Amino acid sequence: MTTVSNLKHNKVVRKIVQISYLTFLFGSLMITTLSAAETDGRWHEIKTSLFGDRAIKDGEDVIGLETPYRALDAAVVPISIESKITQNQNNYIKSLYLVIDNNPSPIAAVFHFPGKHNWQSLSTRVRVNAYTDLRVIAEINDGNIYMVNNYVKASGGCSAPSLKDPAAAAAHLGKIKLKLPKASNLGDLLSTQLLIKHPNSSGLQFDQISRQYIPANFIRSIQVTFNDEVVFTADSDISISEDPSIHFGFSPEEEGILKVEVKDSTGRTFNHSVDLPNQEKG
Amino acid sequence: MIKHRLRGELNRWHSLRLRTLVVMLLLCLDTGILKAQPSEFMEIAPGIYLRPGIQQNFASHNRGHIANIGFIVGKQAVAVIDTGSSYQEGLTLRRAIREITALPIQYVILTHMHPDHTLGAAAFDQDAPVYIGHAQLKDALIRRQTHYLDRLKEVLGSTTEGTRLVLPSAGVEVGRAVRLELGDRILELQAYPTAHTNNDLSVYDRNSGTLWLSDLLFVERIPVVDGSLLGWLGVIDYLDQSEAKRVVPGHGPVVTEWKASLADQRRYLDALLSGIRGIVRQNGTIEQAIEQVGQEEKDNWLLFDEYHGRNVTASFVELEWE
Repeated sequence: MTTVSNLKHNKVVRKIVQISYLTFLFGSLMITTLSAAETDGRWHEIKTSLFGDRAIKDGEDVIGLETPYRALDAAVVPISIESKITQNQNNYIKSLYLVIDNNPSPIAAVFHFPGKHNWQSLSTRVRVNAYTDLRVIAEINDGNIYMVNNYVKASGGCSAPSLKDPAAAAAHLGKIKLKLPKASNLGDLLSTQLLIKHPNSSGLQFDQISRQYIPANFIRSIQVTFNDEVVFTADSDISISEDPSIHFGFSPEEEGILKVEVKDSTGRTFNHSVDLPNQEKG
Repeated sequence: MIKHRLRGELNRWHSLRLRTLVVMLLLCLDTGILKAQPSEFMEIAPGIYLRPGIQQNFASHNRGHIANIGFIVGKQAVAVIDTGSSYQEGLTLRRAIREITALPIQYVILTHMHPDHTLGAAAFDQDAPVYIGHAQLKDALIRRQTHYLDRLKEVLGSTTEGTRLVLPSAGVEVGRAVRLELGDRILELQAYPTAHTNNDLSVYDRNSGTLWLSDLLFVERIPVVDGSLLGWLGVIDYLDQSEAKRVVPGHGPVVTEWKASLADQRRYLDALLSGIRGIVRQNGTIEQAIEQVGQEEKDNWLLFDEYHGRNVTASFVELEWE
């Protein structure tokens, strides 16, 4: 404990020295310099915690990332990730990290793939608290790591990354939907949407009156299997929007059962499954 | 049609303004204070005062004065309705009250959680009023307080010093209206199921037949869906039964032909509903809906580009569960 606080203290002292030096040098430029330095510092910490000192390469040829320039609804910012490599058992994205630098909990989700499906694209929706870099980092099965990032402006006005209706969210908690194309053939890449009714709430809000935090209640893990073989798993966190939605590609070569298992931070488990090609009605 | 009606409203607006100016001028002469700028407050019905919000986005050049805020004076007490977006705006409102009456400020009514309506509340702490809102307002404010205060600082900077969140000390439950007695004047407070937000409240003044709907009705400015699209459409059906003589919206001019304004709002929300349902049925995405839905409404509303995409996004995630 002492070591940690000492380290932090040293860091702070170093930062103050740095800032004073910068102030001396650049005068009024200080504010800009400081905020930029802090943002970079945040990413540096996240990077170290996830990958240690491993090299991260420019991922422009490996992954595509689409984000809105401005977060229209701060609670629901749609993002799309595309695999630019043709994935097969010898060359595939093993893990995909979704990082939102300036959110209270920056690691939004980590997806893991077994390399058996060429998923092509994956979309989800996230909360965005402030102007931030949003990063996707892909770890290939050969150990190489690639990153792409976009800058997202937070929304103006009264848009807050909060639940719109906590009572309604609680009432339908745990409902799961799998939406698949109306008609398909075996082997087709199916654009599939997984929807989970869950407040996915942060619990970060402090009640000044009762002096207590609103308890956290969010989805920790999602596993999707087809005939008991993993399609993908995801470890998720509070930066994923309320009622999480994941669009993913998947090509079933045979008939079977697509299953979802969701676990949340309070210990609850939710399950859902559909028979393929006999689907539930969307 | 719309333009024609708008012109009618504007005329009424102007005549009200004129009356208010005269009242204010007389007041100024009476108290011997002649200010460089006339007060922005107007008396819209006997004892009901309104400071119209500027029909713009929250920004430093309008100091966040974007919402309609005001107060109602009875024989014994005053009730404030909404407080503006900062401590300073709340103080301006309080000063305006004190120019008109010395009666105690007994109630501060907060019509819903949004910062342009609630963040001036601390200016009334010295009056020790009952802060009253929807029963769900307190929770909603707690969940958003950090975000609201941070954003306020970002946009308005140090000019908002002293601004803090005030939580309501009394709550109104849905289906159980609360009456406030101001002395020969009764205000009826009604809480609604989730619509514009999950904590909308209206105030009805029986004496003048004035229904203060706040953000349950947007006039000229695009409505913002921050609660439930389906819920709001339900509340609009309910409000349509009201026989109020005039309505004070949360944004935009006071309307007497208010059912037409309500119908305009319903038309926009219906366009969202049918457009998004069509896209959800085809397994479409939020991005597609933002591009395609409701574009025909673009010329009917102020700030359409700023808020329409957000409305589509919020409504999409609601409707995909139908």
